Amino acid sequence: MSAAPTTGETILDVAGLKTYFYTRAGIVRAVEDLSFTLKRGETLAIVGESGCGKSMTALSLMRLIPEPPGRIAAGSVVLEGRDLLKLDEESMRQVRGNEISMIFQEPMTSLNPVLTVGNQIGETLRLHQRLPEAQIKARTIEMLRLVGIPEPEQRAREYPHQLSGGMRQRVMIAIALACNPKVLIADEPTTALDVTIQAQIINLMIDLQRELGTALILITHDLGVVAETAQRVIVMYAGRKVEQASVEAIFDRPMHPYTRGLLDSVPHLTSISGDEAPEHLNEIPGMVPALSNLPQGCAFAPRCKFADDQCTAQYPPFERKGDGHWAACWHSDRLGGDSNA
Amino acid sequence: MPDPVLEVTDLKKHYPIKKGLLRRTVGNVYAVDGITFSVAEGETLGLVGESGCGKSTAARAVMRLVEPTSGSIKLEGQEIAHLGKKEMRPFRRQMQIVFQDPFASLDPRMTVGDIVGEPLQVHGIARASELADRVAGLFTQVGLRAEQMKLFPHQFSGGQRQRICIARALALNPKLIVGDEPVSALDVSIQAQVINLLVDLQQEKKLSYLFIAHDLAVVEHISHRVAVMYLGKIVEYADKKTLFSHPLHPYTEALLSAVPIPNPKIKRKKQILVGDVPSPVNPPPGCSFHTRCPHAMPRCRSEVPQLQEMSTGNWVACHLHQGGKAVAA
Amino acid sequence: MATDAENADHSARLAKAGAHVDSKLGELVFLAKRYPLGAIGALIVAVFVFAALFAELITIHDPLDTDAELSLTAPGAEHWLGADNFGRDVYSRIVFGARISLAVGLGSTLLGCLLGVVLGLVSGYMSGWVDLVVQRVSDIMQALPLLVLALVMAAALGPSLENTIIAIAIPIIPHVARVIRANTLALREQPFVEAARAVGMSDFRIAVRHVLPNTLAPLIVLGTAQLGSAILTEASLSFLGLGIPEPFPSWGRMLSESAAEYVRTAPWLVIFPGLAISLVVFGTNLMGDALRDLLDPRQRT
Repeated sequence: MSAAPTTGETILDVAGLKTYFYTRAGIVRAVEDLSFTLKRGETLAIVGESGCGKSMTALSLMRLIPEPPGRIAAGSVVLEGRDLLKLDEESMRQVRGNEISMIFQEPMTSLNPVLTVGNQIGETLRLHQRLPEAQIKARTIEMLRLVGIPEPEQRAREYPHQLSGGMRQRVMIAIALACNPKVLIADEPTTALDVTIQAQIINLMIDLQRELGTALILITHDLGVVAETAQRVIVMYAGRKVEQASVEAIFDRPMHPYTRGLLDSVPHLTSISGDEAPEHLNEIPGMVPALSNLPQGCAFAPRCKFADDQCTAQYPPFERKGDGHWAACWHSDRLGGDSNA
Repeated sequence: MPDPVLEVTDLKKHYPIKKGLLRRTVGNVYAVDGITFSVAEGETLGLVGESGCGKSTAARAVMRLVEPTSGSIKLEGQEIAHLGKKEMRPFRRQMQIVFQDPFASLDPRMTVGDIVGEPLQVHGIARASELADRVAGLFTQVGLRAEQMKLFPHQFSGGQRQRICIARALALNPKLIVGDEPVSALDVSIQAQVINLLVDLQQEKKLSYLFIAHDLAVVEHISHRVAVMYLGKIVEYADKKTLFSHPLHPYTEALLSAVPIPNPKIKRKKQILVGDVPSPVNPPPGCSFHTRCPHAMPRCRSEVPQLQEMSTGNWVACHLHQGGKAVAA
Repeated sequence: MATDAENADHSARLAKAGAHVDSKLGELVFLAKRYPLGAIGALIVAVFVFAALFAELITIHDPLDTDAELSLTAPGAEHWLGADNFGRDVYSRIVFGARISLAVGLGSTLLGCLLGVVLGLVSGYMSGWVDLVVQRVSDIMQALPLLVLALVMAAALGPSLENTIIAIAIPIIPHVARVIRANTLALREQPFVEAARAVGMSDFRIAVRHVLPNTLAPLIVLGTAQLGSAILTEASLSFLGLGIPEPFPSWGRMLSESAAEYVRTAPWLVIFPGLAISLVVFGTNLMGDALRDLLDPRQRT
């Protein structure tokens, strides 16, 4: 399935974002110097494992970082000309849920168990749009129908625990899209769902995106989901962006050893992809370093088979490796070849 | 042909639902509703299905961590389904389990050396000095260093803790290891490490695995045979290659079609199943999948399909596929 | 698998945070700096424990010695904290009274905790009707009014040290049992307990080796809090004449004997015992709070 086409206009511009946490163990640099842009209607995937900073990025964009111990130490997040990091809390509240929305991984804990589903969708509408009550009710039903929930009038009166996991995630999407935001951030939206439900939800998100023209930032560790939904991909490691490219380029010609390692180590259905079934999966040795104790040079060097003295001494610059393809590595040329034959 | 290491026949686990002051049974949760399968020596049976299908309950029932309602469980040819606690004890040495959560699977107050050595102590296999040696050996086998025996679980990462769990499972030298989603909670790059370890250990020790997972790609990699469960029943049970390349049951087809492939060049027409999984309290009559099946026939609404052997070792329970050889006993 | 790095990392992190993890003394100093209030509490309690243990060495006068001439002497060189109406040295009585108070407090808390743990563990682990029965017994124990119980015991069995300890232990038991039971119920479902069952361990062994150690952390905190409360209870009972009998010096009784009559004429008879009681309870509470923070895994970086 192909993702929605974009119009090419930039609506979100993130520059030099730094989010740090000040703890007893030291400064945890959760997001270090992150910059990227997002076009209207585009799907951008941020990929990485736990601790890479992708969730913190999402929370930073929404200004939901707990302060203390966290702090957005530097950078700018410009949404349609306005730097969100410079807004006061009151103004930011008007932006959240209205112009930029977020959905989370666990639909059960993200919904209030004591409010009806309709009530929760209506809450967003009441907060951001001055509409008469009747219209709010109508729009609520309309949203439920839009996200594919059968018998929406009945469902609106039900509580979260009466719905299945897939339904709850649809409700979350309905809440997030009720005010037609320009940007939707989805943080691991399908990880907690069964695979057949996941397929339904991904389908839904793509359809809605096409219909409403919302730009989507999809945060996930699932490379399969990325391949099916994203147009551009950012790979993060230890708080930094290490590679950025179109989805085809990332899978075809990864320019960073971590990306390469990830692609090689993930088992995928060879019977469908037609690849040779490997006897042994390619491992990435070692583990992600502690964010409070990052090595001096490239953070991936301790685990990289191409690492040399230059890698451990100096952090490689994030530079252009090809058309729209950027990576931070001294040895991109050594990667060569493609992952998917 | 030697006895399979594990042979399960018509295993059922029902949870009674009690209501009212007198706690009367008003219904049952048909968590596992008559499953039959076997695992040969040195082989991995992958048990897949979505939430609520009963695979975790099945694993626990096989391990006798949960009492089966009925059915037969034969471990190395011996019937263990209804043995008492004392009689079960020696059999527990033959089968061990590795859980999903590497953080909650280890007692936080014990050193990891003690944790791994405890099974040996409980069964009186090794004495003090020998114990330390055995544990050290187990640690090296799973890729950890013996000096780490003195540390506590919280000092290790998720992947390492899972290795410790595997070491504990190996301590008694079992023939069968049941893995209840053993890699699902691990990071992607660590998953590969642990999967490789499990494969190596299997080859070295001729271990049998009952591998429960929801990630079909992992199952395809590690299994020899696969059983697909839906609402407490096995709907397809076949050799790995056959099942993944030519799935017979519509549910298996839908499952495989739903798995996202990490390759943007491959564009597939996905089969999107309508609706949600029905509740195991009130499974639909006839074939429990008929409410979501794109090929449902009138017969499916009334008659429960039995597992039938389509070709050697490949079974499916579906009215679409008639004929076939023997029916599962 | 850079495990060396992680362990070096762990120690490095601790060292960076200020701990010298090599020596035990170093660790204690580190802890004291991090939890100053707890350290103060521990110090206070330590002083009283010292006094209780070495009472003979740090007093000059015998606490039971009466001397009519010295009656109601104000604090001075000879009698540091003064003398009571019988001419007994207040300081000695406070010091020896510490022995009594701490013995009773500790004894009853230990007894109560021990029985409470057993009850809580059994009812939490076994569940079913055993749990129901133990719960109801526990409810009954909680319903017993302490003072009435102590009175009945004193009347029936005669007031004594042992009876006081038992009387004070009784309300502690259900309190502890409830906490232990709640923890046991939660722990029972953990995978590491299931793994133990899979190995073939008996329920008894699992309960003792796996469940019990994991319930003890909250118990330590609960215990120190109960200690303060037990000491206070003993003082109350003795104040009412139901606790420690004559001639053992008890802070509570010291208060009861002097409060009404001498508070204006010889205030030191009221101040010092009262101060002693308050300090010990305060100290144990501070310790308890610090222990709770110390043992809370979320506080660990």
